[in-house]
Amino acid sequence: MEVFTPRSLAEALRLKAEQPSAVPIEGGTDVMVELNFDRARPEALLNLNEVAELRGWSRDNGLLRLGASLTYTEAMAAPLSEQLPALAEASRTVGSPQIRNRGTLGGNLGTASPAGDALPPLLVEAAEVELSSVRGVRTLALEDFLVGPKRNALEADELITAVLVQPSGARQTFMKVGPRNAMVIAVCSLAVSVDQERCELRAAYGSAGPVTGLVTAPLDEVDSFPERVAEAASPIDDVRGSARYRRHALRVLAERGLQRCLT
Amino acid sequence: MKIELSVNGERKEADVWPGESLLFTLREKLGLPGSKNACEQGECGSCSVLLDEKLVCSCLVLTAQAQGHEIVTVEGIAEDDRLHRVQEAFVQTGAVQCGFCTPGLIVATVDLLAHRPEPSDDEIREALSGNLCRCTGYQKIFDAVRLAARA
Amino acid sequence: MSTPATRRKLELGRVGESVKRVDAVPKVTGEFAYSSDLFAAGMLWGHTLRSPHAHARILSIDISEAVGLAGVHAVLTHDDVPGDKRYGLEFPDQPVLAFDRVRYFGEPVALVAAEHPEQARRAAAAIKVEYEPLELVVDPELAADQPAIHPQHWTQGHGYRDDPRPNVVRDMRIERGDPDARADVSVEGYYELGIQDQAFLGPESGLAVPDGEGGVDIYVATQWLHVDRDQVAPCLNLSREQVRIHLAGVGGAFGGREDLSMQLHAAMLALHTNRPVKMVYNREESFFGHVHRHPGRIWAEHRANRDGKLVCVRMRILLDGGAYASSSTAVTSNAASFAVGPYAIENALIESTCVYTNNPPCGAMRGFGAVQTCFAAEAQMDKLAAELGMDPVELRLRNALASGDELPTGQKITGSMPVEEVIRRAAAIPVPDPEELPRDPIRLPGGAGNTTRGDGVQRGVGFAVGFKNIGYSEGFDDYTAARVRLFADTDGDLVAEIYCAAAEVGQGVTNVILQTARTELELENVMLAPGTTGEVGSAGSASASRMTWMATGAVQAACRAVRDELDRRGGGLASGDEIDLERIYRHPRTGPLEPETGQITTERAHVSFAAAAMRVVVEVDVDLGLTRVVWIGTAQDVGTAVNPQAVYGQIEGGTAQGLGLALMEEIQTRDGLITNASFTDYLIPTALDMPPVVAELVEHPEPEAPFGVKGVGEPPTVVSTAAVMSAMRAATGRELNRVPVKPDDIVFSGS
Repeated sequence: MEVFTPRSLAEALRLKAEQPSAVPIEGGTDVMVELNFDRARPEALLNLNEVAELRGWSRDNGLLRLGASLTYTEAMAAPLSEQLPALAEASRTVGSPQIRNRGTLGGNLGTASPAGDALPPLLVEAAEVELSSVRGVRTLALEDFLVGPKRNALEADELITAVLVQPSGARQTFMKVGPRNAMVIAVCSLAVSVDQERCELRAAYGSAGPVTGLVTAPLDEVDSFPERVAEAASPIDDVRGSARYRRHALRVLAERGLQRCLT
Repeated sequence: MKIELSVNGERKEADVWPGESLLFTLREKLGLPGSKNACEQGECGSCSVLLDEKLVCSCLVLTAQAQGHEIVTVEGIAEDDRLHRVQEAFVQTGAVQCGFCTPGLIVATVDLLAHRPEPSDDEIREALSGNLCRCTGYQKIFDAVRLAARA
Repeated sequence: MSTPATRRKLELGRVGESVKRVDAVPKVTGEFAYSSDLFAAGMLWGHTLRSPHAHARILSIDISEAVGLAGVHAVLTHDDVPGDKRYGLEFPDQPVLAFDRVRYFGEPVALVAAEHPEQARRAAAAIKVEYEPLELVVDPELAADQPAIHPQHWTQGHGYRDDPRPNVVRDMRIERGDPDARADVSVEGYYELGIQDQAFLGPESGLAVPDGEGGVDIYVATQWLHVDRDQVAPCLNLSREQVRIHLAGVGGAFGGREDLSMQLHAAMLALHTNRPVKMVYNREESFFGHVHRHPGRIWAEHRANRDGKLVCVRMRILLDGGAYASSSTAVTSNAASFAVGPYAIENALIESTCVYTNNPPCGAMRGFGAVQTCFAAEAQMDKLAAELGMDPVELRLRNALASGDELPTGQKITGSMPVEEVIRRAAAIPVPDPEELPRDPIRLPGGAGNTTRGDGVQRGVGFAVGFKNIGYSEGFDDYTAARVRLFADTDGDLVAEIYCAAAEVGQGVTNVILQTARTELELENVMLAPGTTGEVGSAGSASASRMTWMATGAVQAACRAVRDELDRRGGGLASGDEIDLERIYRHPRTGPLEPETGQITTERAHVSFAAAAMRVVVEVDVDLGLTRVVWIGTAQDVGTAVNPQAVYGQIEGGTAQGLGLALMEEIQTRDGLITNASFTDYLIPTALDMPPVVAELVEHPEPEAPFGVKGVGEPPTVVSTAAVMSAMRAATGRELNRVPVKPDDIVFSGS
């Protein structure tokens, strides 16, 4: 095993092109667990901690550019939290302060777990993912980026460099169900927004299907929306909860989310 | 691979397996076993250290990622031979039983009080929710944090 | 003692004072050496290859590739076990390394020693084991009709009720009065408990160092040094003197370190390589490395008259012991002995059975046996109160057990048994008013998950009472040894050094020993030597809430012997002189239960009893099935509190473990395979899950115990699961007959 620590994005992309099997590591909250428990032995690790271009966030003409290294702690802080309130709420549900200080949006996208806490609020906000390689830069809608459980559309030579979001300004919230009051993987989760301007209801569920799923409806279909959310999901029975419960919980969360965003 | 680290203000060198966690390196290569290995997946906080003044689980930091950064472990909390007020408070209030979670809680509490000198009870609970304790039921740990905040 | 120095008033540290832990300072600085922190020059890392099957025949083991890998110094299998191939805490039914077959998922099959843990892991992965899966025995209700998973019936012939069925570990009955006695009302219930894990924070670990003369020193976190030695030595084909077990820092135990884990394996590797070998389990491995709390199924019927007086209790208890016996026989008996709860009753039939299965092995965990039946019995008491239209606290008071009463085993309680006072004190602690809305989500069910602003939230208040035995029972010859070396230092001041192998597992027995010695010797300068089998006799186990009582008794006896000797020598010691005496303390003798009726055969089967009562307030989001425990008030019968601060700590911590069993803790299995062996999916309470605990100590000195002490560790765990569930039922109106209660159960189960 080798560790590469590039000092610039250009160097990182070059290394990734030269050694496509290198596994990117940011906060380590997923990759290190795999290493510690002998579940993965990659040929190389690509440590992105020293790549300044991936850090922080910026705003250009209203478009937010969230660096792949943006941590949950940073996403919880104003003024970003005012722009993306559901993402801030979701970040607060992630693990512990220790995890939020290290875990990154890029990592959450890279892992592409159906339980990824940042994914539903980003999906509700119609975020795009910026993917870079020595060949160039492309952007993909988040829905198109997430292709399966723990699978994404990243090419072998690409790195996730940013998340791009045009904040909707819509009322929004995020909720996560777990059997303990802190430090849980979502049994299921839901981000909800009510976009009065575009007359749209939007909801994205986590841990209730192979990928984080988006459900939309016209604003006047509020009454039937919770049921639609529950029906759109395709949850399974697993060690964390039953499919039946997850579907039920999504309905409850959708009702509550709409209530929060409509009052 | 050879790594150079700055731990508790001292420069240290270690020869590490590339996949090694900072926790393992601290404990087994640098003679600093104060940070504890209880879960190795960021669920218990027993390995908490400060990395560039940020509270992190050292089990989730690849040792190579720590190169060039400042690490403070529980061994670096006391000032000279005097206990830090957080350590003193844990001793006074009976917040220590088996003590395996204690180093992580000391570091987490030092970090909390650095950011919130007078935390509310809710803030204490939320800030320490990533540090599992199996012995105390947390009551005396909360007492310790409140005592340290007043000190 | 007559030297002026020792006559001065002691500043601190007597029995009854809150004394700071002597190990607190090294624990807060990180200097305290736990078993995982040890290091020796030339040390190798040991690693265990474990079974991926719950039940399979081993056809072959091929280590040829593994031995050749870089850094590997040894690869061992059952062929390399030098002595007895099996060991066990009570019955030698467990292979040191599996031979012939594996009986549970994660059973040790082979060992590796290498220079780096990664090399050891790679070598273990290179060992080829060929298995042939065997019929699984995983349903405890079917186990007694399935093929025996042990060829020998290990637990037969030990004075237990004769039950020749395959896979029965122990089957017992307690029959009292007329088990068919009728009464005005009757309530029935069925209850289930999942497998709870001790989840101590410091995984199994230790260091074995060969002594160069064929023997070995093992530094390990354990609960009972001498019984470790007695199991290890025959398997290594060594004498007891050649195996020395030393207590390393213990990162919690709660019953899970009573059985061997890595002790034998590290010693085998160390003796084979002639180098020190360290073994440290990771969290996943820890779930395979120790026994768990027995899961149970309980059928109960309670009959009472209109005035609330219990007339008859009938209960059938089925415990799943998993693959090996461990302490299952004692758990079976405890479950039965305390099945009724701390209530006086004239008629009862309690049947308690434990079976072998291919599920994870179960054994000791805090409150063993009593936790399971308290959950069922207290649910029944709530049901009965509802049926009678009576206040649940009043119903419990009306039946409260007291000194002089007889238990269903026929044992008359001769010591302190302040059940009524414990109930009254707990019930009198003011319950906080409901909190206003809106609140931060972390003060609502669902916590950080932000799932409610108050929608769906219902409040419930519950109450429960529990009790269990203090100390070992049923005729076990239980004792603790302590040795005191009194000498004059270079200044001529007297110093006492105490030797006692009582395991400091975090509970604070070190302070108890020092406080006892200071009190008895009227001497401040008292030290406790490191715990080891090399210097002193057995202390017995740090379990069954016995260690405070037993250590206090032994240290008191040794101190008194030393004091008498000092008086005989005229009251002083010259510099360089010393008195060194060891004494053994035994609690009042117990005797076995009659196998067919479960009645006492001597004055008592249990030594002593302690009770606790608890009121719990919960808020439940009934739409999502999420819970916030708001507040807990409890009163506990503690005899005499040796170190009150530590006693409160035991109550709070024990309560948290019972809360965990009620709401979240369960090892899940599928066909015997554990599916959640991690702290990601085996959840224990966090700082956001534990409410404030208001605890009151009820101090009625136990007449037959030194200083009137009782054990304090287990009663809070016994009662808290039941009390939390009582509150959960009050909040939801649902029966909730299984713990841990899942959100699913709250949302979908019937009322």
